[in-house]
Amino acid sequence: MASSAAATAQPLDRTRARRRAAWRRRRLVLLLMAPWLIGFSAFFGYPLVMSVYLSFTHYDLLSSPKWIGTANYRYLFTQDPQVGEAVKNTLWIIAVMVPLQVVFAFGVALMLARARRGVGFFRTIFYLPALAPPVAATLAFVYILNPATGPVNVLLKHLGIDGPLWFQSPSWSKPSLVLLGLWGVGNIMIIFLAAILDVPRHLYESAELDGAGPLQRLRWVTLPTISPVILFSVVIGVIAGLQYFTQAYVAANVASGQASQAGDQTVNNLGYPEASTLFYPVELYQHGFRYFNMGYASAMSVLLLVVAFTITVLIIRNSRRWVHYVGAAK
Amino acid sequence: MAEVRYVQATRLYPGTDAPAVDALDLDVHDGEFMVLVGPSGSGKTTALRMLAGLEEVDSGAVYIGDRDVSDAPPKERDVSMVFQNYALYPYLTVAANIGFPLRIAKVKKAERDKRVKEVATLLGLSEYLERKPGQLSGGQRQRVAMGRAIVRVPSVFLMDEPLSNLDAKLRVQMRADIAALQADFGITTVYVTHDQAEAMTLGHRVAVLHEGHLQQCGPPRELYERPANVFVAGFIGSPAMNLCTVPVSNGAASFGGVDMPLPQSVVANGRTSLVIGVRPESLEVAEEGIPAKVDVVEDVGADAFVFCSTELGGETTKLVARSEARKAPRQGDRVTLRPRADEALLFDPASGERLEL
Repeated sequence: MASSAAATAQPLDRTRARRRAAWRRRRLVLLLMAPWLIGFSAFFGYPLVMSVYLSFTHYDLLSSPKWIGTANYRYLFTQDPQVGEAVKNTLWIIAVMVPLQVVFAFGVALMLARARRGVGFFRTIFYLPALAPPVAATLAFVYILNPATGPVNVLLKHLGIDGPLWFQSPSWSKPSLVLLGLWGVGNIMIIFLAAILDVPRHLYESAELDGAGPLQRLRWVTLPTISPVILFSVVIGVIAGLQYFTQAYVAANVASGQASQAGDQTVNNLGYPEASTLFYPVELYQHGFRYFNMGYASAMSVLLLVVAFTITVLIIRNSRRWVHYVGAAK
Repeated sequence: MAEVRYVQATRLYPGTDAPAVDALDLDVHDGEFMVLVGPSGSGKTTALRMLAGLEEVDSGAVYIGDRDVSDAPPKERDVSMVFQNYALYPYLTVAANIGFPLRIAKVKKAERDKRVKEVATLLGLSEYLERKPGQLSGGQRQRVAMGRAIVRVPSVFLMDEPLSNLDAKLRVQMRADIAALQADFGITTVYVTHDQAEAMTLGHRVAVLHEGHLQQCGPPRELYERPANVFVAGFIGSPAMNLCTVPVSNGAASFGGVDMPLPQSVVANGRTSLVIGVRPESLEVAEEGIPAKVDVVEDVGADAFVFCSTELGGETTKLVARSEARKAPRQGDRVTLRPRADEALLFDPASGERLEL
């Protein structure tokens, strides 16, 4: 009897020891992940959940949130007089700026990849703007494009051209922001450059022997090979376009200040001029931090999240037809 | 169809002193299968790329047919090439890869599909037309590369070590396929390899290059039996020819104690030494001859190669003899080796040139 009890006790001990070891391992994993888990929960998870909750409330930061059901969403979709304009402007900036940025960054990268001399110099020159803080860069652009005193219009005048009003004109304010966006395209450009330099040389040689000229080599070798990078830059560009805020906010403030020549805080300068730079995130900011209508601002941000997610999924789904991953079986 | 001529063609890579290809003179006849062979750095691939237009011709000229193509871009030369790593477009299907040159040449889709199907049938690729290169084996990829090269029937067909990424068995099989394909199409072909077995089996003629210089060009048998110099003698043949510097006295060369009588033409100018070349099959294990110790015996089936060391003129020299496998000595045995004097080749020790007997 005694011997059989000892025989069964031994495997039990071993099972227990194994369980303890597994638990210790799991605890270590959790411990090592803790900094990220805490940061993610505190600064992303919690605000996200709270935003969703607040979007169903009336909340002005002073009194506690009051549950109002879907009233915020109903107002957003059916009544808000400005949101239509904001959506239109946002779609405009995405439709115009993202393709231009991708094409421009690709073009510059292509030239840098082919250049024989001064590559390092030009690469630095084209990348440098990406390092400039957006606020400073925007200030500089508003100054450079000042319709009366800015160097661009002064130069144009010398050439006999009447320059546009740039940030002061409702029809030129968005193109001015696009110029600013193209100037700061260095990040995407560097990624494109790396991808282009990574295209295997023998593919070009083979295509050349098969009779392909420069444009055909671009179409049949370069573009398919770097297609994952094009997809990446389009997705990143669209998301950045949906969240387009800093440049629009600073440009509108500074340009309207230039126009009135006084820091008149009573004027609502967001979207200046004539709501032409009123993008969705600017409108969201206005509701949250000017009108302290946090419930409504939360509803707007939840909608923005859903839209950004949907668009990204659609782009990636659609990309399967034109993006080719090296080494992937399909 | 066209002949190819290199006339004093030279390529000097920027920043280097010695030309990669130095004043190459070579004629490839219409419909001929020419193999360029040599060790790494011999300039064989550079010579091929000069013909393709992928490498500049710094001086001299390259002709395809009657046309000097030295400065013509690759697409105007009507050549197609199979690369060592195949250079297939990974994002295109097999059908699109093979049809690529036709697509660039704006051949109508119906005609294109027809020709792709023909080529695919010829190369046994019909089942794989809708696959991507990543889903194919090495041998299949190699065939797709071949298909892309022959689909538009170029005037010259270039191959840069096309079999070197395949395993041994597949290589032998593809070698036969390439030879058959070239014979069928009769397209002038220039083929680069470092593998002398490929060179000997494929080439109508073989050009041996060494350090950018053409050493000899001729049919495989001529290269084997009448190598122009010590380099060709040592490079062609496996195992390599035994090459030994031996003293000359009294009208005979003394090869490890074996006196080999020399013809008058060789002795006349008063040489005191010679390089003697004996193929392994011309060196027998015999009752008397050069005493040697067996280092290794390589049994290759019917025959065995006996690798020995011996003392020649106070230096240890390695010799290889061929023997019947069943009669081969064992490792460590002491043997005597006898060269067949009438099959030995003689070379000038200073210039390395072979001496006509």
